[in-house]
Amino acid sequence: MTSHALLQAPPTVADRPAAAPPALAISARGLTRRFTSGSQVVEAVRGLDLDVADGELVAFLGPNGAGKSTSLRMLTTLLAPTSGHATVAGHDVVAHPAAVRRAIGYVGQGNGAGHNQRVRDELVVQGRAYGLGGAEARRRADELLAALDLEALAGRKVSTLSGGQRRRLDVALGLVHRPRLLFLDEPSTGLDPHSRANLWEHILRLRAEHGMTIFLTTHYLDEADTMAERVLVMDHGRVIADDTPAALKAELAGDRIVIGTLGEHDGERVARIARQLGDVRGADVGSTSVSLRVADGAALLPDLLRALDAGSVIVRSAEVRRPTLDDVFLALTGRSLRESESTPATPEDVR
Amino acid sequence: MSTAVIHDTRLVLHRELRPLLSEPFSVLFSLIQPLFFLALFGPLLVSVSGLGEAASLQWFVPGILVMSALFGASTTGANLSQEIHTGSHERMLVTPLSRPALLMGRALKEIVPVFAQAALIVAVVVPFGFDPSPAGLIGLVILAAFGVGLGSLSYALALAVKEQDWIFWTVQQTLLFPLMLLSGMLLPLDDGPSWLRVMADFNPLKHVVDAERTLFAGTVGDPTVLYGALAALGVAAVGLWVGIRGMRRAAA
Repeated sequence: MTSHALLQAPPTVADRPAAAPPALAISARGLTRRFTSGSQVVEAVRGLDLDVADGELVAFLGPNGAGKSTSLRMLTTLLAPTSGHATVAGHDVVAHPAAVRRAIGYVGQGNGAGHNQRVRDELVVQGRAYGLGGAEARRRADELLAALDLEALAGRKVSTLSGGQRRRLDVALGLVHRPRLLFLDEPSTGLDPHSRANLWEHILRLRAEHGMTIFLTTHYLDEADTMAERVLVMDHGRVIADDTPAALKAELAGDRIVIGTLGEHDGERVARIARQLGDVRGADVGSTSVSLRVADGAALLPDLLRALDAGSVIVRSAEVRRPTLDDVFLALTGRSLRESESTPATPEDVR
Repeated sequence: MSTAVIHDTRLVLHRELRPLLSEPFSVLFSLIQPLFFLALFGPLLVSVSGLGEAASLQWFVPGILVMSALFGASTTGANLSQEIHTGSHERMLVTPLSRPALLMGRALKEIVPVFAQAALIVAVVVPFGFDPSPAGLIGLVILAAFGVGLGSLSYALALAVKEQDWIFWTVQQTLLFPLMLLSGMLLPLDDGPSWLRVMADFNPLKHVVDAERTLFAGTVGDPTVLYGALAALGVAAVGLWVGIRGMRRAAA
């Protein structure tokens, strides 16, 4: 089974409680971060403008070193911006970091729980760090142990947990104070498909129950595609696209209709007929097949097949290929996101 | 100090102590080094000094107590290094916990091994003729202040080197030995060349060692005690200041 099959679509806006006032969870203007390493100055984030409304589930998608984590670290008070400003949960990240910290939950790339601590102890400490009393912190810890299937591990040392268990504990730590806004930095990196699906099941259920805003970074295409309601594509420190995954794919990549023909030179005819029917953005014509880039392949295909039949073109095969976010990234940057993986670009990678 | 800082410091201290209490062997393990010095260096000292076992121990044991505090507190930053590495330090930084408390809670933990190790070492050497005066308890309080200060500096170093822990160990080892040798911990400085004695006078650790010897011998009203206390408090003040500053910057 692929991870695709295991991952469920996120609940839609209508599933969430309507109590949340329509407000901005995150607002950033011109947020910039430069790193100096030796004589080299790297601009990890270049003038990020961002508005995230209350209740949204937004993903930063981009290759390693694109500036995703640096942006997240600025929004969560871990890193001071070089310039620009940001308001998170209604508070300025530079002027009032403590107020931001009280309001947000954060699950970093590493393991939040100390390796020589015990699972339940860390949850209790976390609760008390957010001002809960002892009894209340213990009650909340037990609640989260149950909610994230960690009850059996309560007394275990963190270092003995599996990767997936540790990640669930990290999420539990981020949720102790019931934040309205949760940041997740590469939440499922390094997890096997089953643990990823399991983690997301928990995150999405908790979100459906509490109406949290979730802001995550990922370099997993399918994760951004299936989980996020809005994707910000980031590359070289800039946001280069911002929309729903479906809109990004439709506008920037589009579907492909691949028609196999019997006649040797029917490819050109297929492309010509298709252009008369609808918006064809490009055609790769081969000898016995043609690949057409179109906005809505599923809607165009029946008309195209009828028109080809009427035009006496014998169709051997027909296929609609749905675009992926990798096609979007390719269309935007000329590079595949998978290829970009191996080229670290900013100190973020060596941090 | 506001109540929030005290609350947070207690919480951080509590978190630091818990693994220590659930695995007391980790404290005992750090005793191996001083015990080796007692067992293998002590007899040499007895024969060189010609003072006899009890008198040699009376001089040597307070130095060993300082040594175990020195080794323990100066390496404690490695624990923070590990937490920086794994990500749990970052998680603490995103909580509203007060930044000074994040440092002070960790630093105050150093008090515990000072007393635990002293109790054990003293128990080991009393049968061999070591005669600890109750005034030694004042010595341990002074030593605890020194441990808090040195521990803070060790944390500040860990924060400064971030994930490059080899720099941490290089700096720690480079500073550890001159500090130790210039303290008169292992051999008396009295017979050394004058330049060495002058250098030692600038080493706060030397004054702490002198104060420990005086106090464990039962003398309280001696200037060495005052100098030792001032040196330890100075290290504590500087250490906490540097450490808290480092922790505030870590958040930025």
